[in-house]
Amino acid sequence: MQLHTIWFIIITVLWIGFFVLEGFDFGVGMLHRFIGHTEIERRVCINTVGPWWDGNEVWLIVAGASLFAAFPEWYATMFSALYLALVLVLVALFARGVSFEWRGKRDDRRWLAGWSWALAIGSLLIPLLVGVALGDLLHGLPINSQHEFTGNFFSLLTGYGLMTGVTLVILCLLHGSTFLALRTTGEIRTRAHAAARSIGVLAIVFNIAWCVWTLVVIGGGTVPQPTQIFGVIAVIFAQRLSGTGNDGWAFAASGFGIAAAIGQIFIALYPNVMVSSTNHAYNLTVNNAAAGHYGLVVMTVVAVLFFPIILLYQGWSFHVFRRRVSAPPTSSG
Amino acid sequence: MTNDLARWQFAITIIYHFFFVPVTIGLAFLVAILQTIYYRTDNQDYKRMTRFFGTLLLINVAIGVVTGLVQEFQFGMNWSTYSRFVGGVFGAPLAMEGILAFFLESTFLGLWLFGWDRLPKRVHLATIWAVSAGTLLSAMFILIANSWMQHPVGYKINKQGQAVLSNVWALFVNPTFVWGYAHVVLASLITGCLVMLAVSAWYLRKGEHVESFHRTGKLALIVLVPAIVIQLSVGNQLGVIEAKYQPMKIAAAEAQWTSCQPCSFSAFQIGGGANDKTPTEIIPIPHLLSVLATNTWNGAVTGLDELQAQYQAKYGPGNYVPDVFIQYWSIRIMAYLGSLVLLLSLWGVWLLHRNRLRNSWLFLTVSVWAVVTPFLMNTTGWLLTESGRQPWIVQGLQKTVNANSPSVSSTEIWISLAAFILSYIILGAADLVLMLRYSRHGLAHADAEAAEPSDTGGDAVPALTY
Repeated sequence: MQLHTIWFIIITVLWIGFFVLEGFDFGVGMLHRFIGHTEIERRVCINTVGPWWDGNEVWLIVAGASLFAAFPEWYATMFSALYLALVLVLVALFARGVSFEWRGKRDDRRWLAGWSWALAIGSLLIPLLVGVALGDLLHGLPINSQHEFTGNFFSLLTGYGLMTGVTLVILCLLHGSTFLALRTTGEIRTRAHAAARSIGVLAIVFNIAWCVWTLVVIGGGTVPQPTQIFGVIAVIFAQRLSGTGNDGWAFAASGFGIAAAIGQIFIALYPNVMVSSTNHAYNLTVNNAAAGHYGLVVMTVVAVLFFPIILLYQGWSFHVFRRRVSAPPTSSG
Repeated sequence: MTNDLARWQFAITIIYHFFFVPVTIGLAFLVAILQTIYYRTDNQDYKRMTRFFGTLLLINVAIGVVTGLVQEFQFGMNWSTYSRFVGGVFGAPLAMEGILAFFLESTFLGLWLFGWDRLPKRVHLATIWAVSAGTLLSAMFILIANSWMQHPVGYKINKQGQAVLSNVWALFVNPTFVWGYAHVVLASLITGCLVMLAVSAWYLRKGEHVESFHRTGKLALIVLVPAIVIQLSVGNQLGVIEAKYQPMKIAAAEAQWTSCQPCSFSAFQIGGGANDKTPTEIIPIPHLLSVLATNTWNGAVTGLDELQAQYQAKYGPGNYVPDVFIQYWSIRIMAYLGSLVLLLSLWGVWLLHRNRLRNSWLFLTVSVWAVVTPFLMNTTGWLLTESGRQPWIVQGLQKTVNANSPSVSSTEIWISLAAFILSYIILGAADLVLMLRYSRHGLAHADAEAAEPSDTGGDAVPALTY
């Protein structure tokens, strides 16, 4: 296998890692105001993702930086084309990132509510916009022979892109509710189960519709990809398992559902990395967007040496905080 | 126009980002030391100080991380021509930073923050050292990337005219990187010390928690003195390296239009704007520029006019002189403040020696206000480096004016600039409010947290940290 194909796979895995991990804290961020009714319940919800959200977000940073290093043309075209969408993503990332750290540092109702909404809206916007962006890679954007984007902000709002974004938001909501059910006790857990069951229905419908749309976009006929079948089954399992006492399996199923969704975009994309809607001859591909051979060798060595270590210590961190979070019995918040 | 706007956006966002980065690097290291002392002595006072300064650290990390994201996205968004050209070289250290440093820093920060009662003491101590190592690694890869723009090494130009990596080790032994990295790490340490000193001095002056803050004030001073002494010579050496690879940068820093040997250094000057080649120099110090630029008493420094002629012959017509005003004053503000910080630290150590630190109202007041100096030094230091590289984005290879994104319009940059400035004002104000409030009232919180029932068994309810 050629190195640029290996790097395409690594980048796919990084995006999958990002959505599977950050997906549940996006979900928790969106849901915490609705599943947590009192301030203390909301804090419990936020603290379920407390030790991890920052490490999860690093998957996005590394996906971006790896794109820059391994496929400079892809990075340059994608980031300059998605300009205003990325500005919004960045503002949402600010709001979300600091609200985690700052929200609980002052005991003031307006401060708490303000950062709480910042967390919720930020957690909604990021998967939506990133979803639109990933959908657009496959759907195609106006790109000329110099790999320069020739459209404007509204060219980014393709129907398929928007559908991808909305589907990812719903999958994150499902993933967040199965995660909350896994990590909490009592009332919050019951509400999370109820949320997972109803969101799950929506997720099944949207996931199937989106998979069909993907087949239309790539002109793949009527035979679904294995990833798509697998993804739909996983989401059905997540919905069915919620509330049956199998919190761990429900969470694993919603995670597989997201992984399959991201996986199918990239599988459908290969060997292209960005489709040009102007002329398919202008498509960016793993061949014409990749960095030099020596640079890819160096990066491969770094990835092979360090990713196993990263997985070990991130896994250890999940193990350390595996116990459920609940409200302290005596504290009034 | 688009290019200028993109430059303004980069300058504003990077300067802002670098207010927070050195605080994080410096404080992470100092907090790790505090916790190590706690581990060794089992003195509860060090535990509450660890938590107290640890929270200040966290408030800063939050804003440092999110503003860092902007920098990573911005290369592709505003500088796509640059990104296409250099991605094969410049992207590699950025990706390595993510893989080696960010995962480490973020995962272990979560473990440290939530692990007080969950992890064995020794393991918990290791997590804060892992965070500190992460911050240092992160700075290392960024300096490797930046140094490549100052002095490109280890690359070749391929058939498509892009720079591709040809020798990765050359990036690690790039002299601009080696000395620049030492300079930035020391600057961060100095920043952390001055922040810790200021907070401690503020409490000592009020006469509250005197024993605790005397300890942290002492720690800050003990680390500060060697750091600032070494820093002055590292900074000098970096100047010599830059004079060799980027002579324009250093000649502009002294507004040296004509070549000279030996060369004096003016303490101040009046005039000396872009077109004023004969400013009035105040207090010229003989031989000092020769020493700073070449490490020799009688070294020669090539003047800007001669360099400009050389560059035109080599690279074609154009203006190759960086902004002399920025260069001239950046180096002075940085160096003069650095000298003042050295005096402050010696004064503090002398007071410590005489055991009068807690009683010297004047020293404590000056120390509180001295907290602004590291931010000014860090900013002017980077201005000197980055503005001094102009008109190049990559020295000798690509000009800044040719590096922006052709597909991005001025309107789009105006929108993003407005969005970032607005967000940064809100973030900055909230950060400042929190830092000040926490500095003033935080110890009570830290005490309350420490007093909460610790791990009483396997099923204890963990404290809600957020």
